[in-house]
Amino acid sequence: MNKYMLYLNSKRCIGCHGCEIHCKANKDLPVGPILCEISHEPLKSVKGVPKTEFFFRSCYHCEDPYCVPICPTGAMKKREDGIVYIDEDACIGCMACAGACPWNIPQVNPATGKAVKCDYCMDRVDQGLRPACVTKCTTRALKFVTLQVVES
Amino acid sequence: MKKTVWSMCGMCSVRCPIKVEVEDGRVTWIEGNPHILKGSLCAKGSAGVALQKDPERPQQPLIRSGGRGAGKWEPVSWYTALDYVAERVEKIKEKYGSKAIVMSCRGGPWQDLIKAFCHALGSPNFTNHDSACGRNVHHASKSVYGLGRKGFIYDIAKAKHLVCFGRNLLASLRVAEANQVMDMLDNGGSLTYVDVRQTLTGIKATRFFQVRPGTDYALALGMINEVIKQEAYDKEFVEKYTVGFDHMAAFVEPYTADWAAKECGIKVKKLKDFVSEIGQQRPKVIFHPGWMLSRYRDSFYASRCLHILNVLMGNIETEGGQLFPKGPGDCGIKGLRTFSSNVPKPEDKRADGVGWKYKHFDKGPGLFHLYYEAMMTGEPYPIKGLICYRHDPFNCFPDVATQKEALDNCELLVSIDTHYSEFGWYCDVILPESMYLERETPVATQKGLKPRFIYRDRAAEPRYNTKPSWEILKMLADRLGFGEMFPFQTAEDMWKWQLEPTGYSIEDFQDKGFVSLSDTPIMYDRENLEGKFKTASGKIEFVNESWENLGIPSFKPYESPKKPPKGRFRLVFGRSPVHAHSHTINNPFLHELMPENTLWINKRVATRLGINEGDWVDVIGDSQMGTIRAHVTEFIHPEAVYTVHGFGRQVPLQSRAYHAGMSDQKLQEGLLLMMDEAGGGLCLCEKFVTVRRSSRNPRRRVEL
Repeated sequence: MNKYMLYLNSKRCIGCHGCEIHCKANKDLPVGPILCEISHEPLKSVKGVPKTEFFFRSCYHCEDPYCVPICPTGAMKKREDGIVYIDEDACIGCMACAGACPWNIPQVNPATGKAVKCDYCMDRVDQGLRPACVTKCTTRALKFVTLQVVES
Repeated sequence: MKKTVWSMCGMCSVRCPIKVEVEDGRVTWIEGNPHILKGSLCAKGSAGVALQKDPERPQQPLIRSGGRGAGKWEPVSWYTALDYVAERVEKIKEKYGSKAIVMSCRGGPWQDLIKAFCHALGSPNFTNHDSACGRNVHHASKSVYGLGRKGFIYDIAKAKHLVCFGRNLLASLRVAEANQVMDMLDNGGSLTYVDVRQTLTGIKATRFFQVRPGTDYALALGMINEVIKQEAYDKEFVEKYTVGFDHMAAFVEPYTADWAAKECGIKVKKLKDFVSEIGQQRPKVIFHPGWMLSRYRDSFYASRCLHILNVLMGNIETEGGQLFPKGPGDCGIKGLRTFSSNVPKPEDKRADGVGWKYKHFDKGPGLFHLYYEAMMTGEPYPIKGLICYRHDPFNCFPDVATQKEALDNCELLVSIDTHYSEFGWYCDVILPESMYLERETPVATQKGLKPRFIYRDRAAEPRYNTKPSWEILKMLADRLGFGEMFPFQTAEDMWKWQLEPTGYSIEDFQDKGFVSLSDTPIMYDRENLEGKFKTASGKIEFVNESWENLGIPSFKPYESPKKPPKGRFRLVFGRSPVHAHSHTINNPFLHELMPENTLWINKRVATRLGINEGDWVDVIGDSQMGTIRAHVTEFIHPEAVYTVHGFGRQVPLQSRAYHAGMSDQKLQEGLLLMMDEAGGGLCLCEKFVTVRRSSRNPRRRVEL
């Protein structure tokens, strides 16, 4: 079962798009791929105040991901803790993963010609740190949540 | 090898404290200083790494080889460039005197170095960008409290109600402040937001007043009237600490809530409910007095009224209100040695007239735009040289064509900057400063409840042949014969010299990147604030007699803003959270997030003009035009169109930003000298533009 989840407290999110750049800067990505996304619905008046809420999306790290079995070289992997990641050395950039993904999450990194996607910054997680987007979130709206099984 | 370096962000002028991780000389990670910001940083902050890698910035000193603005440059050594500048400066000094040279900067914690250099040069003409920014707020604050706009900090997190008149503080991001606002809202606080359009701040509001453009002063007057009528103010505080209440009450008498609601186009019940709510919540109610209020002809008075509303709430030196920022003196510690303390102050009067012609204005940085008048007329004396440090007047001030005409009377234009500014592109010499990760800056004082000294260390070696400003100015000072006034050769020497009176050394900064001067928050006794207000009366002055004697009334009769003629709109401008005005537009990361600005236009009006969402529209001033895509929305007042400032840049070597989007300031023709005489700020929202659907929208495909 997945151990982690990224959660956005949309009440605290101010739509500054910081997370998108915190991610790109940490992964040293060129122009092109942006691995997470802040989006919003058009404004609607609620009790006289035009309002909207922000949504955060990155890879969902599916319990049963389509991108993993379709990868011809076995580069797309799922860890014990649920993190779905790309072994860059094995990736050939065929992008079959993106085709298999219902949300087209994996993107081409034009600098390497290989696929790239959110891996919860697993190098940081393995050091006991939080993903870049969470660590630096401007208003501390993003949380890196460790899921627990609730005994009923 | 890995190391951690303490620094301060340089992506915008907030200058958030940061922690930088460096591996083998390469910056790998930047986060907000965990001791102050708990790691938080905005998009611009993280994009610093992209700026460092970006080759599209000046890589060595450049001397112009073609006509001004032609873009022909000769790359030269630092020695050649500085000798050239020094020689030109000496020539101007000889012919017109030192006072013919103006030095300008952006302002902020390090402006003392620039000011000291200017004074050492013998010129009184030190200035900064503020007359196109916060001067009205600053002078309004001075006229009420005798203190500048930094005379108070706002305890937003503990407030019950924050009121913002167009202060879009969740887009014009200060990371610490944004967190305070969100904390306040999390704790059940209210946010009232007033603007001509909806913004990122407004969407978090509990109450929203969409007002007619230019009516802020009317609304503020109506609020004062209603606060007095409902007796929603702190009588005890007003009695004890203020003068001129009766005069003010008499003045606002005709400006009732009903009148204001009608004038602003809002519901009167909503306004009255608002006043009864703040009457319950005071003193924990903060009216933000505004930031960039160089907007309308009465912005000084609007801001003055917002300061007054704070006083009526009695919110001074109380939790959840306005607090006096405490400095080293409050901690029994001597302050940093300042650069200007080592330099004699020139005796000449300022060419912008501040201090003698305009006696009520703050002499510190004066008013930049008035130097253009001096350049054009030669009065009160000729201005022949302009050195701008990290300041781009062409992006800051309106009507670039007129600015260029004035500058053509100058014999020397120098830009010291980390990037190609548009002004720099028009200069004679560009002296490239190392970007903030590649340089040290002097130690700065940050006042607050727990004041601190803070510094910026060099995280990485300069990628190109650039230098930090302290070194550039020191080398120039040596050439101009006053190097001994800046008695240091290295950054370490400089810090040691600055810190000497304080008893601290730079080693004390190693743990956290700053030195905290107090472990606990310092508060003054609210019952005993005598001497804290620096007005002539020593009290808070609803009516400022000294200014009145100079012909500056404390309140002026309200004049309704002109309605734009048919087919024209009032051009208003603002900020996005991913850009810091013009100087981040070419950043590879930030450009990718927001490559262009759009023109917000009211839906009803757009329909009439045949403009749909995403259409190209021509925005026309008098002789200038910009073409951008329309954003059609019902949440902007029909009299206004809005765009994000900073776009439409014309420096060809910035390939991403070049002609991307539209520049508002180039359309603001005729506004360069339109100043609010009381506040000194420019009136940048006093321009009407024509908007039409552009012929660039293709009707059919002609090519294959």
